Amino acid sequence: MKLFSIRGGIHPDYRKERTSEKAIVSFPLPATLYIPLQQHIGAPAEVVVKEGDQVKKGQMLAKGQGAVSAPQHAPTSGRIAAIAEITAPHPSGLPQLTVVLESDGKDEWVGDLPQPIADPFAASPDEIRARVAWAGIVGMGGAAFPTPVKLNLGTQLKIHTLLLNGAECEPYLTCDDRLMREHAAEIIDGARIMAHTLGAGRVVIAIEDNKPEAKKIMTEAASGHAGVEVIGVPVQYPMGSERHLTQAITGLETPARKLTADLGVVVQNVATARAVHHAVRHGRPLIGRVVTVSGGALPEPKNIDVLIGTKLSDLVAFCGGLTKPAKRFVNGGPMMGQPLPGLDVPVVKGMSGILALTAEEVNERPASPCIRCGTCVTICPCGLVPVEMAAVIRKDHLDQAAHLGVMDCVSCGSCSYICPSHIPLVHYFNFAKGMLNAQDREKRRLDRVKNLAEARNARLEKAAAAKKAAAAAAAAAKAKAAAEAEAASPPPADNRPGA
Amino acid sequence: MLLAIGSVAVMGAALGGLLGVAAKLLAVEENPLEVELLGMLPGAQCGQCGYVGCGQYAAALAKGEALITACAPGGKPVIEALAKKLGVTPDMDDHEEQVQQYAVVDESLCIGCMRCLGECSVDAIVGAAKQMHTVIKQECHGCKKCFDICPTEAIKMVSVPVTLSSWHWHKPDDATAVH
Repeated sequence: MKLFSIRGGIHPDYRKERTSEKAIVSFPLPATLYIPLQQHIGAPAEVVVKEGDQVKKGQMLAKGQGAVSAPQHAPTSGRIAAIAEITAPHPSGLPQLTVVLESDGKDEWVGDLPQPIADPFAASPDEIRARVAWAGIVGMGGAAFPTPVKLNLGTQLKIHTLLLNGAECEPYLTCDDRLMREHAAEIIDGARIMAHTLGAGRVVIAIEDNKPEAKKIMTEAASGHAGVEVIGVPVQYPMGSERHLTQAITGLETPARKLTADLGVVVQNVATARAVHHAVRHGRPLIGRVVTVSGGALPEPKNIDVLIGTKLSDLVAFCGGLTKPAKRFVNGGPMMGQPLPGLDVPVVKGMSGILALTAEEVNERPASPCIRCGTCVTICPCGLVPVEMAAVIRKDHLDQAAHLGVMDCVSCGSCSYICPSHIPLVHYFNFAKGMLNAQDREKRRLDRVKNLAEARNARLEKAAAAKKAAAAAAAAAKAKAAAEAEAASPPPADNRPGA
Repeated sequence: MLLAIGSVAVMGAALGGLLGVAAKLLAVEENPLEVELLGMLPGAQCGQCGYVGCGQYAAALAKGEALITACAPGGKPVIEALAKKLGVTPDMDDHEEQVQQYAVVDESLCIGCMRCLGECSVDAIVGAAKQMHTVIKQECHGCKKCFDICPTEAIKMVSVPVTLSSWHWHKPDDATAVH
């Protein structure tokens, strides 16, 4: 199949060899699990259990609320010790409502799990979507966007291709690579179910050429299914970006502020496909995931199959503990991953990697003046002008940054990586995007306030008019009554003298 | 010579008359600048600028009598828009960017006097005479009018907390770098 080139990009040191040949290992059942209510984009889940409740494995702890949300399930059986505000695995270090589950060690499944859907290809798309929504599946590549919402795109748009993202272009990460090698059949089944739900006739599985073993195994597993093809894509960061992968496969560029679905392509991660397989074929909710725990500060990096809610400190200890001082802990890969406030936070659904990076790996250096080399412009995969955007953002001219297209930046970090002056370019863009979104929210809020103020004025005017009308009516009634009274009573006798 | 003077005089009178009639017939009742400025203001009618409402503040701005930094709910974006329109440089020293707040009624202190209900410009307070009042948090825009009028100090202003969904990255602090 013909591949298309994508613009720019970089070739960082991949450092995947530390974990790529290590089979996935299971983490022993932790004593306590911490399940945050918001592990996804959208509204946080609404808790349905209370402190002291006994729960079974797979029981729903919190239900999704609103159109874009996802429920949370108990990863094991035990007692709800607390529902409390606990530090989130988020760069802000802010707390969020979290269900604390004390394991009873029995790991018993709940009795009323939904029945497996025997033939998903005969089931209606609605049934599959409902099952995926029940299972609390979100995009497991890192974005954590609720999967049922994405699977619903087939009802509004004509989707011809489900693109399964096995590019895994972030350095260090190998969890998707290992999943494809060890669970190829489950991934392909999940992908076919999703393609059926979307009404897409074609499944394309894209794997970067630096994973030949995964590509071979996936090709073998796919060979029995019509309409499923495995394609090797060039090793080029950020190939795993939804928009860029779509461009590499179809040659079409996703327009600004549009979705790849507008081009007829829906992109899903391989781990998400496996979760869909489990939900549909076995009636199991999403309660665990495979995560790569790596970084120079750890002596034994691993790919670990872990329950959602396990503390990162336990995983780090499982990998031999910190033998070198860690300068930074990262959630995800080193390019797009976000710094963690510490190790005292739980694993969440969208967490593909946990990195303990040494100062040498972080390689943080003070920014020096821009030498206007233009490298950032050459390598920007989105065709933006990072140097110009950062300059205007530095002067707080956010409207100009928006005009230059900062909202189309995918925050891949290639510009920051390549900058010889170590200017934190992508940090400027993340700041600007956050500010512009905040301004947008503020504008909507002020519009609402304006509407409320106008509604109040209208109400007051109406009330005043009604009062006036009532007063007028009362006056008229009084006058009428007086006139009637006058008509009814006899005219006063004319007793003027001399009449 | 007479012809020239005569014709210019006639033209002057005719055109002057035309202008006079046009000024009467096509008179603009409102100051267009005022209308435009009003459109830029939030329209919350909160009175925090010191004027009765947004309309009066816009009128004062159009006359050049008011500071452009007085609008609290509008914040920096409104100040910048006004500055651009009026062609002035905003003196940001006068302006303190406020953290968004909302009012909360302390139920043990509320006597149900209804005074705050009349003050609220967005109808965000619910209550009846001698009944408990409460503030609809989502609709309160933090103008503090109720806070000021409450006779029992039952209303307190609370800052809207930063949450995971509203948090965003701060500006990089590499002020020394020249781009």
